[in-house]
Amino acid sequence: MTATAIAPDTIVGTARLGRWTHPGAWWLWSLLLAVTASRTTNPLFLILLICVLALVVHRRERPGGRTFTFFLRIAAVIVVIRVLAQMLLGGAWGDTVIATLPSITLPVWAAGLRLGGPVVLEVILAGFYDGLRLAAIILCIGAANALASPRRLLKSLPSALYEFGVSIVIALTFAPQLVHDIERVRTSRRLRGRATRGPRAFAGAALPVLHSALDQSIELAAAMDARGYGRMGTAQARERRFVVALIGVAVIAGAIGLFGLMAAQVPAVLSWSLAAGALIAAAGALVLASRHRNRTVYRPDPWGRSEWIVVASGALALVISVLTTTLSPLAMNPPTDPPTWPSLPIGALLALVSAGCAGYLSTSRPEEMP
Amino acid sequence: MIEFDDVSFRYDAGTPWILRDVCLRIPEGEFTLVVGTTGSGKSTLLRAINGLVPHFTGGDFLGDVRVHGRSTRITPPRELADVVGYVPQDPMSGFVTDTVEEELAYAMESLGVAPATMRRRVEETLDLLGLDEVRARPLVALSGGQRQRVAIGAAMASHPRVLILDEPTSALDPGAAEEVLASLQRIVHDLGVTAVIAEHRLERVVQYVDRVLIIEPGGVREGIPQVMMTDAPIAPPVVELGRLAGWNPLPLTIRDARREAEPLRRILVGRSSQRPHPPVGVRRATMDSVDAAYGRTPALRGVDIEVRGGQVLAVMGRNGAGKSTLLSLLAGMITPTTGHVQVDGVDPSRLEGPELVRHVGLVPQNPTDLLECATVADECRLSDRDARVLAGTTRALLALLAPDVRDDTHPRDLSAGQQVSLVLAIILASRPPLVVLDEPTRGLDYPTKSRLAEHLRDLASQGHAVVIATHDVELVAEVADTVLILADGEVVAHGPTSEVVTSSPMFAPQVTKIMSPGIWLTVADVESALAEERRA
Repeated sequence: MTATAIAPDTIVGTARLGRWTHPGAWWLWSLLLAVTASRTTNPLFLILLICVLALVVHRRERPGGRTFTFFLRIAAVIVVIRVLAQMLLGGAWGDTVIATLPSITLPVWAAGLRLGGPVVLEVILAGFYDGLRLAAIILCIGAANALASPRRLLKSLPSALYEFGVSIVIALTFAPQLVHDIERVRTSRRLRGRATRGPRAFAGAALPVLHSALDQSIELAAAMDARGYGRMGTAQARERRFVVALIGVAVIAGAIGLFGLMAAQVPAVLSWSLAAGALIAAAGALVLASRHRNRTVYRPDPWGRSEWIVVASGALALVISVLTTTLSPLAMNPPTDPPTWPSLPIGALLALVSAGCAGYLSTSRPEEMP
Repeated sequence: MIEFDDVSFRYDAGTPWILRDVCLRIPEGEFTLVVGTTGSGKSTLLRAINGLVPHFTGGDFLGDVRVHGRSTRITPPRELADVVGYVPQDPMSGFVTDTVEEELAYAMESLGVAPATMRRRVEETLDLLGLDEVRARPLVALSGGQRQRVAIGAAMASHPRVLILDEPTSALDPGAAEEVLASLQRIVHDLGVTAVIAEHRLERVVQYVDRVLIIEPGGVREGIPQVMMTDAPIAPPVVELGRLAGWNPLPLTIRDARREAEPLRRILVGRSSQRPHPPVGVRRATMDSVDAAYGRTPALRGVDIEVRGGQVLAVMGRNGAGKSTLLSLLAGMITPTTGHVQVDGVDPSRLEGPELVRHVGLVPQNPTDLLECATVADECRLSDRDARVLAGTTRALLALLAPDVRDDTHPRDLSAGQQVSLVLAIILASRPPLVVLDEPTRGLDYPTKSRLAEHLRDLASQGHAVVIATHDVELVAEVADTVLILADGEVVAHGPTSEVVTSSPMFAPQVTKIMSPGIWLTVADVESALAEERRA
């Protein structure tokens, strides 16, 4: 048998023949890039970053993860809304007036806002840069989604959190299912000669859809229960009480600590130490609870060189961009008043190359093997 | 292995008992079939074995069920998961993960099986059920038969001592059903698993099992199949033929029946099933070299058909062969990419609202999608208003189709057969000349099925044209005069029932197989021919 005759299915997960990179690595990579994006408004950098995301997604996407185009659409909508809002509400600082819209000034009780009026290039540019930054951050999350489904990420969760994670994932898949059901019921109503549009049609469809959704969730819950979901571990009652107490301590300490960090009156040392204590208590509770959960994981995703490469490429991109911002702050946050043509410092380019490396240096996905 | 001690169960005080003083013992390694009419409590009995009843359903539970020495009274289903594997009726509804391999491993992960063992068992299960080729596929991309095998594999990969299966072949075409049952028999024989299965389509299962358990209002009886089937309330055609001919012991397989049938075939030589030739009524529907596609996936290619009043056309074929697409085209739910569809001379996809139902009525695969009221009576009143017919029309139709339906019942609480009847009554209120049914016999027992068959024949004799998509070869033998077989979106056979089904072992009904080379379709045909022979 030649190598080309091996079905792609049979080589999934074998390290030498190409495998999926750990989902956690992709999520870390995307989060690091999201932080990078949040620290700059350079439109050239942001647009190129989006291109890099698309490229990596294209090269390493999981089959069936066609979510990236959906996120692209959301990102486009965000940019448009941000620019429009700026145009209507942004005020009129700057000198480069492009056009003048009819304007109304709201009364004083509505904060004396002025809607419309002159459209100024500086204002629009500021809105565009800001919208682009938000779009890039959202696309980082979209890329993570396409590269590693949240369901795969579940496998790497500590077993004490497993049940919690499953319920969230099921809730997430429930919404698309509901849309599908509504469509099915609406076409069925047509068979009965009933209206398929309008509020009455919607109300008529709601009952059957909710019924079947409820039936499905009960059926799923029964099937999961029958397969051992939520089995009691080996923990003794005393240990279980201790874990619960630990979680309580973590929650209370965490709440006070966070409050302290935000309200300036509490001494910083106290709030930081409370927050740290909360983290330690929570981690301890997790470790203790996980020890007695008798769960095992089937073919856990290994964490190897490829994963380190992916995380490093994201981290390097962040570090380089932070350094570049310190060296040439104006280049990474180009001023809009007066409007200048943005430039791309060499550091920014290096950061982008580093981010893109993840798509080339990580293990290839199984289908691409010769 | 499984012991029931005086078990009684009802969902609520005030409702009738579903199980009543059930006592039974199922020894280790036996393959048991649970038989009963619709609503007799088969699923309840199965779910009582792993504790889903009463832990999940609530209700009054008396007596005790012990599995492998553990009482379900004090052990919830999740703690029994290492002993009992459960395969729910609709495999898709019970899937937790995304892909085949992960689904097979899920129960073992919950049970904490060591990773190395788990890996080995998943491989074994993939081989045992022939799933190796699809191991990395998403579950949604599988065919019905593959899904069912994954569900069985997911239940048995953790090596439970007991396997319970609720109607594992009800949604499958004959080929896929055979595959699933063959895998199941292999598991029982090779691994010594105790299996309990509920199934309406006895003709598919009864030859594989060691014991039959009959649930009746009076209680539960059990014994070896040959004995139990002599007077079971529902029976497959092979058994009915055996009863008719008085064969003893009762044959359960085609092979045994053929041996016994030698004299019967000799008596009836020269005779055959009499079916009216496809009638030449008014032309009700035509499809003219029709192609259809979903996006870029072709679903039908070059289909030409004509359906006339008085005709019953059965559309058969594998899961995914294009049956539902053909039906949707006839009902105007989708439009063809090329070619023309006409119903009563008009394009059905152009019709809106009540106008559509006056030309064509479709009973979809999930009849409940059409029901939106809280009681049967409201549903019927709404239907009368929609169809603009005299008040009471729908109710009267329903009374004909399903005499025992009560006005104040919630449509969701009706049995599967009653739901089909209700939707059929709603559709028929507008008197559409073309009636189309998608898999109407899923979950129906033999008596309900033959009542439905009778009504479909009545409709045809009143001049309606009827089109049914179905996997049920016995239903086809009973009602259809013409059969159309689809494969991969193309018509591979089209002609009178007796010709098409007798020429294909996959779609041949049991009586045909037993009586060949004579052309016989149903037990009733043989019975009336015998009666004539005696008179002669």
